[in-house]
Amino acid sequence: MSHSIQHHLSEELLFGYSAGTLPEAFNLMVAAHISICDHCRAIVESYDALGGALVETAPDAPVAVGGDALSAVLNRISEPAKPAAPRRSKGVLPSPLQDYVGGDLESIRWRPVGMGVRQAILTAGASGSARLLYIPAGTAIPDHGHRGTELTMVLQGAFLDEDEYFARGDVETADEHVEHTPIADVGADCICLAVTDAPLRFRKLVPRLLQPLLRI
Amino acid sequence: MLTTADTIPKPVTAPARRAAETSDQRRDARLTEEKWVKCVEQIRDHQDRDAFVALFDHFAPRVKGFLIKSGADASMAEECAQDVMVTLWRKAHLFDASRASVATWIFTIARNRRIDLLRKERRPEPEDLTWGPEAEPDQADVLALQQESSRLREAMTALPDAQRALIEQAYFGDLSHREIASQTGLPLGTIKSRIRLALDRLRHAMK
Repeated sequence: MSHSIQHHLSEELLFGYSAGTLPEAFNLMVAAHISICDHCRAIVESYDALGGALVETAPDAPVAVGGDALSAVLNRISEPAKPAAPRRSKGVLPSPLQDYVGGDLESIRWRPVGMGVRQAILTAGASGSARLLYIPAGTAIPDHGHRGTELTMVLQGAFLDEDEYFARGDVETADEHVEHTPIADVGADCICLAVTDAPLRFRKLVPRLLQPLLRI
Repeated sequence: MLTTADTIPKPVTAPARRAAETSDQRRDARLTEEKWVKCVEQIRDHQDRDAFVALFDHFAPRVKGFLIKSGADASMAEECAQDVMVTLWRKAHLFDASRASVATWIFTIARNRRIDLLRKERRPEPEDLTWGPEAEPDQADVLALQQESSRLREAMTALPDAQRALIEQAYFGDLSHREIASQTGLPLGTIKSRIRLALDRLRHAMK
């Protein structure tokens, strides 16, 4: 499954996820990617180990908890723990995305953005946004430049950008200097997770003035 | 990776502190880790409250101290540390000793709770990869991970204060990852390989 992934997330992002310093939309991208990419998951978990060592070894760190803390906590665990079933997806969307959508593909509430392309916004805020994109097989994703960083991960199907091929789990990382035109492979309709820290500019598709209205 | 770039200068060593590390201490550290793992297993299998109290006494003050260092005020750090210990009780069945030390697992719970409380944001988590009732991690993998965790802990203890402070700042969001990469030579590559191996075995067992 994960052995075929060719395009990974940067060490910067993986570290930021472990440290807990990324905006929510980027956390969602990392959580989705490492759900299917063991290479990146091992890197995140090794940074977690560094965090664990920090907690354990801080020379001046232990700070006495309140005198009633233990009894307060013991009260809260008086009921036997009911282990929840592990979150594990058998569908197309990894569990962290299913948490946002409320199910797998059939639960996504798509909105058309033109030329057969559809999107579903998962989270949008000042620090970034995450959405799912649906691109019919063989269709070009509308020509868009960027302000800021954009990450696009394939969940179903595949796309080509110049001479590079992106299949399930692969992430394309683009910044403001890149003008790219990904084209969905002809084999299947393509579904991607796209995360950006700035609003996108769809060049040919929508007049720029309408962007705030359409939230794209 | 923190250890691979050609440009990374050698870490400044702290000979005095490093010399104090003996093989006895290393063994003690690993035995301590074994004890914590047993405590979590006791909670998972028998809802053992004594095991829980032992973990609480050791880790709750460390979590609180870590949160205060990260900028939380004392009352929030207290609340968060208590929540972390309750989560540890409830999620004991998700702990995998072949991929994380108990301290590491507690760190991840504390980090997530801190994001909840401080930023009032959701914290997306990856899928749970667990052994389930019919399979257990290989004891050799658990032992190897414990040894790597001890080595990392030792390396951290041997760091000069200034370098340690840099790593803390990166975790608290005040410094970029690139800056710690140029400052430290911690054995992260080996622990990553260990975790990768454990993930491979787990994926195989889950099939």
